[in-house]
Amino acid sequence: MTPLVPLLLRGVRPYGEGDPVDILVRDGLVAAIGADVDDGDARVLELAGAVVLPGFVDLHTHLREPGREDTETIATGSAAAALGGYTAVFAMANTDPVADNAVVVEHVWRRGREVGLVDVHPVGAVTVGLAGEKLAELGTMANSLARVRVFSDDGRCVHDPLLMRRALEYSTALDAVVAQHAEEPRLTVGAQAHEGEAAARLGLAGWPAVAEESIVARDCLLAHHTGARLHVCHVSTAGTAEILRQAKERGTRVSAEVTPHHLLLDDGRLAGYDPVNKVNPPLRTAADTAALREALAAGVLDCVATDHAPHAPQDKDCEWASARPGMLGLQTALSVVVSTMVQPGLLDWRGVARVMSERPAEIGGLADQGRPIEVGEPATLTLVDASATWTVRGAELASIAHNTPYEGMELPGRVVMTLLRGRITAYEGEVAT
Amino acid sequence: MRHLLATEGMDAATATAVLDTADQLKATLLGREVRKLPTLRGRTVVTVFYEASTRTRVSFEIAGKWMSADVVNVSASGSSVGKGESLRDTALTLAAAGADCVIVRHPASGAAHRLAGWLTEAGTSVVNAGDGMHEHPTQALLDAATLRERLGALDGRRVAIVGDVLHSRVARSNVHLLTALGAEVVLVAPPTLLPSGVDRWPVTVSHSLDAVLPTVDAVMMLRVQAERMHGGYFPSAREYSIAYGLSEARLGLLPEHAVVLHPGPMLRGMEIASAVADSPRAAITEQVANGVHVRMAVLYHLLAHEEEMA
Repeated sequence: MTPLVPLLLRGVRPYGEGDPVDILVRDGLVAAIGADVDDGDARVLELAGAVVLPGFVDLHTHLREPGREDTETIATGSAAAALGGYTAVFAMANTDPVADNAVVVEHVWRRGREVGLVDVHPVGAVTVGLAGEKLAELGTMANSLARVRVFSDDGRCVHDPLLMRRALEYSTALDAVVAQHAEEPRLTVGAQAHEGEAAARLGLAGWPAVAEESIVARDCLLAHHTGARLHVCHVSTAGTAEILRQAKERGTRVSAEVTPHHLLLDDGRLAGYDPVNKVNPPLRTAADTAALREALAAGVLDCVATDHAPHAPQDKDCEWASARPGMLGLQTALSVVVSTMVQPGLLDWRGVARVMSERPAEIGGLADQGRPIEVGEPATLTLVDASATWTVRGAELASIAHNTPYEGMELPGRVVMTLLRGRITAYEGEVAT
Repeated sequence: MRHLLATEGMDAATATAVLDTADQLKATLLGREVRKLPTLRGRTVVTVFYEASTRTRVSFEIAGKWMSADVVNVSASGSSVGKGESLRDTALTLAAAGADCVIVRHPASGAAHRLAGWLTEAGTSVVNAGDGMHEHPTQALLDAATLRERLGALDGRRVAIVGDVLHSRVARSNVHLLTALGAEVVLVAPPTLLPSGVDRWPVTVSHSLDAVLPTVDAVMMLRVQAERMHGGYFPSAREYSIAYGLSEARLGLLPEHAVVLHPGPMLRGMEIASAVADSPRAAITEQVANGVHVRMAVLYHLLAHEEEMA
């Protein structure tokens, strides 16, 4: 790796507030903040009023390595993350082989370090092989080099209530959180799309909101009973948000994420049957997206997580029922949040810092991410041109796969620069080499 | 008309034009010894069926042959489909091999839409012969042709569709087409077999067949598929048959002029009593006969119409 060069970020606005200031970055830390900071030997970067935020943390990424390196690798996924403003990502466990043991999680962790563009934290599987039958060796993964603190069978629901109870209980000794993909499998047999008017008209078998909500309600009760920490993945319905609000009021230790696509897109997208819009949980109704935005603004939903899910063309360029669910998200997340939350006035930039960085870092147990922008703190930062717009082109994204639902859309807000502990990982759309 | 993918969005004028053509073709062929028209000579029509079907595939094949098209039948088990070739590659292969029209039946809803998207550049027309639980537009057209024959114009007529509406592509296509033609549709089914959001469809819904029958001009019985019978949608075949089957006794509740339709294949004794199916009120064999003429008309409008207009 190249030696660390001191940087002077000139004319930037921390949290988008106040007059532009200069930020001096030295030895990986924020060394000075103020007007006319002495640049000394620093490399000067004119940033023309860019908003400075703590580096983004994604609690929910599929990097596909090991197993599906034809769609994404830890290297390409890290590049997409850096370009999207991320400084840490949690790599989901549903790889092949599954990350249900120390060998696989340490491999993922090591590859992330070698690539060095973003901190890659492997998520460990809750159950062996994601099969939902037997607890994986959570303690061994927690104590491995990868220090796993988030466990999830994402893609599958830990639907057995006894197994979920045990996972929650056991995790309390590890200071870990269980992240649940809430989907009652008996209510979603053959499900293809949100159970509602659009899917009924198109003849797509329904994935009802209640299949998510019943598991979230149950898990909140189990978390309350055990005193454990529960995290709810990709909340997609207004009803789930309401259950979470009540559980939080009651003092349950529950957190929740929402994806950019569930904030922006709805089941109006189903017409035409393009599987680029197929995702699990499915795109819901416009009323749900509105409720999710409100819940994110109110803190009922803690954070935004991408559920970045690369898929090969042959797994999307087919009939709907055969297509795999999932969509790219790392490079478009910030813009979708600007479009759905910042522009309508639901979140200011402090709020963006909270939902994209601070809360996910807390939930994932990362002490050195989501830090305040202050002297002496790690220079792990994301700089955003708030006034820029850009047009999404799947082929131009850093991922190997191109399955973005935002193809051709013009979105607001652009990541100008990403810094990880004082080192530039992405700048002006280019990844550091 | 470039493709026939759905009856949703089809306007009354387009539907009526196809139905009128079907009537003309039927009249032209009536009493002929050689039932063959030269209209589609030199055209290649390929049927690709990813689901078992006798009546629909045969009906399309006969329709094509009576129009003098070259008809090639591909069944999913006897082609490279069985080797795992993608739908897209199969479609492009058929187009490259010279298909002017691909008639597709597929278990996935939207398969015909996808196919049409891939084949638009090649200039190949696509006919949806049934896609999953979505639509079966030629079935709705042949049902409309049969009802017109028996009842005259459909405007203001009232039609009951009875049974597994949730999983039925026939029901969806008929709701759209009958509504477009000015008929009123009543869906009769147990709540477990009605689609989500049906209250916003342009139909009325009832759970009482006995209450509906005296009010309708036609009743369309849907087949109850075996997998539904064991899927917990209703307690037993017997209970279903008692509540939603068209028994001989119920036939008496219908007005004198009312017609009984069934898209087939029938489960005699389940959704329809044998005596009802064979009664003069039933137009089930007429449906099959009209199916050929309607599909001839569809092929004509897709493949020959524009040239003759020019």
